[in-house]
Amino acid sequence: MPEKEQKTKIENPEISMIPHIQVASSPHFLNPSLTTKKMMMDVLIALVPVIGMAIYFFRLYAVKQILICLASCLLAEAIFMKMRKKSFSLFDCSAAITGLILGLSLPGPAPWYVGVIGSFVAMGIGKIIFGGIGMNLFNPAMVGRAFVMISFAGVMAASGYVDSTSMVDAVSMATPLNAFKQSGISTAIFDLFMGFTNGSPGEVSAIACILGGLYLCLRRTVSWEIPVSLLGTVIIIGSFFDFLSPQEGWTLFHHLFGGALLFGAFFIATDPVTSPLTPLGKIVFGVGTGALIMLLRIFSGYPEGVMFAVLLMNGVTPLINRWVPHRTLGAQHYRS
Amino acid sequence: MGLIFKGFKGKGTFPRGIHPQEQKHFSADSAIEVLPAPENVLLPLLQNIGAPCESIVKPKQNVCYGEVVAESKALISASIHAPISGRVMKESVTTLPNARHVPAIPIKAEGKQLEGTDLWDDIFGGEWPKKFNGEFTPKDINKMIDDAGIVGLGGAAFPTYVKITFNRKKPVDTLLINGCECEPYLTPDYRVMLEAPEPVITGAVLAGIATGAKDIIICIEKNKPAAIDLIRKKAEGTNIKVAVLKTKYPQGSERHLIMAVLKKIVPLGSLPADVGTVVSNVGTIAAVARAVLKKKPLTHRVVTVTGGGIKNPKNLLIPIGVSYGELIEYCGGLTSNAARVLSGGPMMGFAFTDFNMPITKGTGGITLLTHEDMEKAKETNCIRCGKCVDVCPMHLIPAKLAQAAKYKNVELAEKYDILACMDSGCCGYICPAKIPLVQLIRMGKAMVQAKRKNRME
Ligand code: SF4
Ligand code: SF4
Repeated sequence: MPEKEQKTKIENPEISMIPHIQVASSPHFLNPSLTTKKMMMDVLIALVPVIGMAIYFFRLYAVKQILICLASCLLAEAIFMKMRKKSFSLFDCSAAITGLILGLSLPGPAPWYVGVIGSFVAMGIGKIIFGGIGMNLFNPAMVGRAFVMISFAGVMAASGYVDSTSMVDAVSMATPLNAFKQSGISTAIFDLFMGFTNGSPGEVSAIACILGGLYLCLRRTVSWEIPVSLLGTVIIIGSFFDFLSPQEGWTLFHHLFGGALLFGAFFIATDPVTSPLTPLGKIVFGVGTGALIMLLRIFSGYPEGVMFAVLLMNGVTPLINRWVPHRTLGAQHYRS
Repeated sequence: MGLIFKGFKGKGTFPRGIHPQEQKHFSADSAIEVLPAPENVLLPLLQNIGAPCESIVKPKQNVCYGEVVAESKALISASIHAPISGRVMKESVTTLPNARHVPAIPIKAEGKQLEGTDLWDDIFGGEWPKKFNGEFTPKDINKMIDDAGIVGLGGAAFPTYVKITFNRKKPVDTLLINGCECEPYLTPDYRVMLEAPEPVITGAVLAGIATGAKDIIICIEKNKPAAIDLIRKKAEGTNIKVAVLKTKYPQGSERHLIMAVLKKIVPLGSLPADVGTVVSNVGTIAAVARAVLKKKPLTHRVVTVTGGGIKNPKNLLIPIGVSYGELIEYCGGLTSNAARVLSGGPMMGFAFTDFNMPITKGTGGITLLTHEDMEKAKETNCIRCGKCVDVCPMHLIPAKLAQAAKYKNVELAEKYDILACMDSGCCGYICPAKIPLVQLIRMGKAMVQAKRKNRME
C-alpha cells in the first residue's frame, strides 16, 4: 500500500518546520562526566603526588627523566600518527601518560638516550603498530622499559640507580631490594613508606602511590578489582613467607612498600586497555600479576618483578577474556 | 541503599545498572490535564506485541466512543476501540516511531464528545471498591480485560489478558504492580498514582483474583515519596503491600523488579509467569479496574510531554491515536534549542521527525531534548575499560557484542547471548569512548535473528 499523505497535517509552521531535529539510536542520554579524555586526565591528576615526591627526592634527576620521556612520547606519537595518516591524538593524553609512567620508572641517573629510545619503542612497538589507543596488547610504557632494560643492561641494572658522587641523597644509596638481596641490609619500613630510598623516581614513595591510587579507585577511573586482588595476593604470599622464615629481614611490609609494587598495582596493571574486561577477569589478572611478582622477587635473580609480571599478564589477557567464565543473567550455565 | 527492605525476600535493588539524572522535575508536579477532544485520530492496527488487528469498520461508517474498530483472532493481540465518536475515513498507512509501517484507521470527530471533567470522571472517577465477594470469577475478569483491548502501558505493550489469567499449569503466587518508572523524564505513572490511586488499588485486587496470586505488591522507587505514602494509605484494608525500591535504572524492567523484590531470577527465554510471577504497570492495572467495573475499553491514557525542548511540560490524559504534533502544540510548541524528539524517554525511546504520527497504547510520553542535552564527546576506540560490563543489567559483555556486530560475526554474537540484550541503553550511557554500543548490538541482533530464520527454512 503506498504511503498516503495524512489528513492530520499540522497547520502551525513553527512546529512543522523545525530545521534541525535529529534522529539517532537510543540511548539519547549519555553520561557527560565520563569520556576517554576525562579518564586520562584523572590518571594525570593521580600522578601529581607521585611526580611531586619524585622531584622532591630526586631533584633534577627526576625532572630530567620525566621531561625527556614525556617529550619523546609525544613526539613519537605525533610522528607515528602522521606516518599512518591518522589525526594526532595528543589531546586524549594517553601518550602523555605513557611518557610520565616511563619517565617515573627509569633510573634517575640513566643517560638521556635511554629515555628517548624507551619512549620511541613504547609508542612505536608498544602501541602504534597494534593500531593505536585501545588496540595494543601490552602496556606501552612497560614495553619501552623492557626494551631498554634488555638493550642497556648496565645502566638499567640495580647499579644503574646509584650515582655515588651525587649530591642528591637518594641517588647515592643502593636500592632497598638490591641492598637486601646483595648484602642483607634491610631498610626501615617508614623510609620505604615515605620514599627516603633509592629506586625509580615514581616508585619510591608508597604514600604518594597510595594517595594517587585511592583517587583513581574512588573515582572509578580504574577498576578497584585489579589493585585489590593484586595487593591481596602479595599480602597472602608475603605473610606465608613471613611465617616460614620470620627471622629474615625482609618482611611483608617491605614487600608491600618497597620496589615498584604499589606504583605498578595502581598505575601500571590498571591500564584498562591491557587488562581484562569483566570483573572476574580483572580479579584473575590481579591475582596472576601479584603471584608472578612474588615469584620473581623471591626466586629470581632480578630484584624487581613488577614489569615482567605485568607484561606476562598482558600477554594472557586475551585468554583471560576468552576463558574466564561469564554468565548472562538468567542463563542456566556459565559460558566459558 | 536497600538495606532496610523488610518483609520481602529481595534486596530492593539488583546488581549493575546505572544512575542517570532523573530529570523528572519538568513534569512531576503538574497535575494531569485532560486534552480537549481532537478533530481527528489515527488508529494504527498494530499497537501491541504480537499479531496486528484487522479493521472491522468501513469508510464513512459512524462509530461511537468505545466501539470496537479492529480486532484479531490471534492469541497474542489486543482489539482497538474508537477513542472519540465520529466517522471512519479511508484506511491509510502510518509509520510508528520504531520505524514499522502499519495500516491505520483515521476517525474524524463528529457530534458531541466527552470532554474535560466528564471524561476524567468516566475514566478515573466513581466508586472503586477494595473488596469483592465473588462478583467476578477469574474467567470473567480475564475476558473483560481481553474485550477492553488492554496492553502494558509501561512501554512493552504486551497484551494484558495473556498475563493476567489463571493458569493451572503455572500457578501465579505473586503479582507485582510496577510503579517504578525508572526511565528518566517520564512521569505518567507517578501522576496516576497520585491522582487516581483508587483505581490502581481496585485493579490490583481484581488482577489478584484473576491470577490467583496470594501476594500483591505495589513497587515504587524511593524517589517518589508522595506516591509511596498515598498508595500505602489507600491500600489499607487490603492485603496489598508496598515495596520501596532503590532508585536505579532499569529498576522497572520486569526481570530486575522480580529480582529486587522476590530474589527470583527469570531464566533466559522464559517469562515471569515461569517463576510464578506476573508484573503489570500501574497505569495498566487502573485500566483493568475500569474495564471490569465500568466495562469500558482502553481508549485513553496518560502521557508526559517533557524535557528542555518543550515550552510547557505537562502530563496529559489523551485519546489514543491523537498525533504527536497536536500534543506538542498543546504544550506550547518546541523551544528554539530543541534538538531531538523522542517517543518515550531518553534511555529506550525512539527519535522521530514526523509529527503526524499517532500516539499508540504503549507510548508513555514525548521527551524533547535540547542541543545542550545532546552534546557529545568525540567517539574514540574502545579502551576496554569494562565499564559497559559493569553496568549491563543483563550481565552481558556489550563491548564484545558490539565488536561481533561490527565484524558481522554471528557465531560470536550468539555465543555471547546477544539476544538477551533488553536495549536498556546502560552500556551506551556509560561508555567513555562514546561508542554507539546499543546501535551496534541492535544490528547484531537483527543479524542473528535473520540467520535463525534462514536456518528454520
Ligand atoms: S565501556 Fe566503551 S570503552 Fe569501555 S569497554 Fe565498553 S565499549 Fe569499550
Ligand atoms: S543495551 Fe543490552 S548490552 Fe547494553 S547494557 Fe542494556 S542489556 Fe546490556
